[in-house]
Amino acid sequence: MKRHKVRKTYKEINEKIRAGNVVVVTAEEIIDIVERKGNVEAAKQVDVVTTGTFGPMCSSGAFLNFGHPSPRIKGTRTWLNDVAAYGGIAAVDCYIGATEVVEGDPLNSIHPGEFNYGGGHVIEDLVAGNVIRLRVEGYGTDCYPARKYEKNITIHDLRDAMLFNPRNAYQNYSCAVNMSDRTIYTYMGVLRPFMVNATYSTSGQLSPLLNDPYCSTIGIGTRIFLGGTQGFVSWHGTQHRTQVLRGENGVPRESAATIAVIGNMKEMNPEWLAAASFLGYGVSLYVGIGIPIPVLNEEVVKHAAVRDEDIYVQIYDYGVDYPSGKAKSLGEINYKELRSGQITLNGKAVDTAPLSSYYKARQIAHLLKEWIEKGTFFIGEPQQMLPGC
Amino acid sequence: MTTPYSKKVVLRYTPDIVDKPIVCLLAQDFGLTFNILRARVLPRREGLLVLDISGTKENFDRGIRFLKESGLKVEPLSKSVTQNLDKCVHCGACLAFCSSNALYVDKATMRILFDAEKCSGCEFCVKACPVRAMEISLL
Repeated sequence: MKRHKVRKTYKEINEKIRAGNVVVVTAEEIIDIVERKGNVEAAKQVDVVTTGTFGPMCSSGAFLNFGHPSPRIKGTRTWLNDVAAYGGIAAVDCYIGATEVVEGDPLNSIHPGEFNYGGGHVIEDLVAGNVIRLRVEGYGTDCYPARKYEKNITIHDLRDAMLFNPRNAYQNYSCAVNMSDRTIYTYMGVLRPFMVNATYSTSGQLSPLLNDPYCSTIGIGTRIFLGGTQGFVSWHGTQHRTQVLRGENGVPRESAATIAVIGNMKEMNPEWLAAASFLGYGVSLYVGIGIPIPVLNEEVVKHAAVRDEDIYVQIYDYGVDYPSGKAKSLGEINYKELRSGQITLNGKAVDTAPLSSYYKARQIAHLLKEWIEKGTFFIGEPQQMLPGC
Repeated sequence: MTTPYSKKVVLRYTPDIVDKPIVCLLAQDFGLTFNILRARVLPRREGLLVLDISGTKENFDRGIRFLKESGLKVEPLSKSVTQNLDKCVHCGACLAFCSSNALYVDKATMRILFDAEKCSGCEFCVKACPVRAMEISLL
């Protein structure tokens, strides 16, 4: 067990929030503070560091309960604006996935497909309060006799709408290039041939899990900013892993931890949940997530003060290596270089572009800071840490 | 008077004049040079031409007047391409596709800004944008 000079408990920090004298800074602001005052002084002064990310997160969706019509129905197949939702759960429950494409879409038959509407758009339309055409089919039972049900609804007509995303906020993500001789259309955006451009997708020094590399404060039950309201970390995310390549600062240099998150979609806002159409790839959903990091000791604050130049990612070729399942790293690069707009790879200048919005990530970190300062957001103590953490 | 002047314009032809040589006269009679960024004749014989015209301001104005008198509809390219700020999430996915640097990051705020004057109307950004925030009306 390490001895820390500064020790604070969740309870103490929440008391400070209640009393209105909590000190909150964003993951950008903490960098200077730690640099000037050192870890121990910074840990004494600052109670919470807020983070943020706003990027396309495909593993997202929502459980919806649309309530029974009269006569009742056991919905086995459900569509929202002609986008299929999974109906293989209870009678009037369904799950709309972010990447489900609208029925009748030509997909990639005319390559590259445009993918103008899908589950992500349904979710955005719902939180925007727009009217959605609900269509349900059932086979009819003695208790649920109806076989068809159609209605125009808004999110207010739904009994429940729970955003539940099985994998969000990836702790680091690789940088994509295309070494082949043709343009490719991927979930990392359009990649031009011969390594003309590179794309990447985390908010770097603002990104939640990159500010707590060993997930020592983020676990099951952590209260978070999700889509504009308060949500929770409900479990580790799918593909979560902790045995990864790390820098001396402990920060993963490849994709590592992930979280599953849940929140009340009725309180969410299209400003923080936006549908995305990736040319030639499909539909996704931009999700806004912010996680407060309670400064329990000086080690926590040291990690939260991580800078773009100290976070490295691996570069992969999405032209041949990645799709074949034999991706080998072409090298690593840090976020400061990526954010400069151009990197040098194999002696060649490559233009870089992000897929996640640093502007929105910063807004989320500031909004979360405001909520905590105002005393409307309390730190949720993890009930159990994530596996391997 | 002799300071170089350059502007990108969209010219629209009606079917009756689509086959007439008009823009070449900009060079011959008005001392202007131009680069053709896009040229298209539509199925009903309306035409569309996007030009980057350079010369002196005086000649440019005279040239544009001549084009209008010849029956062409002339408008600046900057009017045809817009960034819908209600939709834009400022991710930056468009940046690597904008060869004219009309789309750029404001380093202070990290917002993605659009300078319509620099835009060459290539339309790459329209498809590269995941939230379809770039709108273009070049048809």
